[in-house]
Amino acid sequence: MEMTGNPVSQPVFTAAERWKKRLPYVIAYGVLALTTLPVIFMYAWLILRSFSDKMIYGIIPVDFSLENWRFLWSNIDQRGSELPSIWTATRNSFLFAGTLTVLEVMIGTMAGYAMSRMEFPGRQSLLKVTLLLHAFPSVSLLIAVFYILNFMGLYDSIFGVVLVKTALQIPMTAWIVKGFFDDVPWDLEWAGLIDGCGRLKVWFSIVLPYIRPGIAAVSIFSFLSGWSEFLLLYTFVISDENITLASYLQRLISDPNTVNYGLLSAVSLFYMIPVLLFFIFTQKSLMQMSVGGGKYV
Amino acid sequence: MQKSKWKLPAVMLGPFLLLILLFFFLPVLLIAVLAFTDMDSAMRWEFHGLENFRKMIADPIIGLILKNTAVYVGFTLLINVFFGFFLALFTTYFIQRESLGLFFRTVWMLPRISPPVVYVLLWLWFFDPSEYGILNSFRSLFGLPPEPWLNAGPMPAVIVANGLIGASFGMIIFSSAIKSIPKERFFAADVDGASHWSVIKDIIFPAIRWPFMFVTIWQFLSLLTSYEYILLLTDGGPLYGSEVLALYSYHKAFQHFEFGYGSAVSLILVIIAVVCSLLLWRFFGMKRMMGSAKIE
Repeated sequence: MEMTGNPVSQPVFTAAERWKKRLPYVIAYGVLALTTLPVIFMYAWLILRSFSDKMIYGIIPVDFSLENWRFLWSNIDQRGSELPSIWTATRNSFLFAGTLTVLEVMIGTMAGYAMSRMEFPGRQSLLKVTLLLHAFPSVSLLIAVFYILNFMGLYDSIFGVVLVKTALQIPMTAWIVKGFFDDVPWDLEWAGLIDGCGRLKVWFSIVLPYIRPGIAAVSIFSFLSGWSEFLLLYTFVISDENITLASYLQRLISDPNTVNYGLLSAVSLFYMIPVLLFFIFTQKSLMQMSVGGGKYV
Repeated sequence: MQKSKWKLPAVMLGPFLLLILLFFFLPVLLIAVLAFTDMDSAMRWEFHGLENFRKMIADPIIGLILKNTAVYVGFTLLINVFFGFFLALFTTYFIQRESLGLFFRTVWMLPRISPPVVYVLLWLWFFDPSEYGILNSFRSLFGLPPEPWLNAGPMPAVIVANGLIGASFGMIIFSSAIKSIPKERFFAADVDGASHWSVIKDIIFPAIRWPFMFVTIWQFLSLLTSYEYILLLTDGGPLYGSEVLALYSYHKAFQHFEFGYGSAVSLILVIIAVVCSLLLWRFFGMKRMMGSAKIE
């Protein structure tokens, strides 16, 4: 509000004029509140519903209970057949997101450094191609990716999907990491080289520690995007022992016989724990990084 | 000496190049070749020329799917861009308290960072046809019977659900563009007694012109080719009521195992995508494009 003027120089307003001046603000706040409240409520319901037996009118929770969380200690029956344990799914999700993070950060930092600091033939074209791939809709290539995975014997393998997902995100990651390296002063590296260190040693012991915060951010984002991944895992992984949390939840949702929102809310919350933790601790930097993180829509 | 100069970049870039070749370039080639084959679940290569494209033209539901695609992309894009703009404008210009603006923007990030399955679950719950659905619960407060929302209007549901996610993309880009306007201009406008409308028209609009085009083309591209949320929400149903071109290609390949035909549909999307990428390139150039994607 400071912007609307300096109270000393302002003439006295009549009530109507004051209202007219306030009106745009009232509208702005009103529209924001009206559209934002439902979003908050949706997530609040998710929490409330998971800890209650039922909702009156669908929106007011009654009867606190932990019944909805029973999937943590017993397997869920679905049309006679048992869903795999939630812990199998959790372990697989960790495996998937963890491997993805390690691969993406390793390959991304190596490529990012080469793009930022090294001279090699075709450097300009490589930079251009990397940039163009950002906008490229990788999901339209799934049929061919299926053929390739099948050919490599990696269909229905979590590791196969890790490779695919790494490949789809690596142009963006490498480019972001290149940006970090661009900001490292040349002198720092120069000093190391003069002291007689090899290029690789300088990279590893001087330059890499310098961009550690950036690497941390990239790691968190790739972990979360792996954790949230659904489409690739749903398409390329079919067996029960390789189920991940996303597919687990999707199977529960798509069963028409047991639409139990209590259970669904509890599983969703369990699934969202890493996301929520991250969200609570890093809201501010999230607002600055999120564009680099989310490629889809 | 010359050789060792090449070796290090080759090692550093090796894995990166390998992945890109394997999962970007090879698939594009494969799609382009598969589109002219009759491959099914037996995975045999049998070329049959333009048969797939002839089939596509004669496909009885292709008209419906093209219409759905146009409606979906058009309306979702409108929500993405305009609602995103309003969110950015309200939280940066009208709400001057940084913490409050940040709070609203943070809430609007929730749909984007939620895993797709969870986000779609919220909408399924919202539109649930039984009396347990949130929308139907409100109806029952007024004594109205439950309504099968998703069956009655799959397209509006798909558009709203996708639109709200995309809106946060526009919001972030526009709000950082608005925040990068020098504060003095707003002060000057205020001293001159300019109205809100003229501030928006003469100061804010020029500042977001490029981001606006960037968001529009970028979102157009991703809406045209991504189908994850539709797959989860309605799976294209009921009776192809919300099937879009990208999802159709997916269904053809992974449900009906017509890999050849699916590839033909994909190939068309890939061609549109390449044209759009080049457009982005032309309009924004290398620096501009990155300037928009790497915020603040």
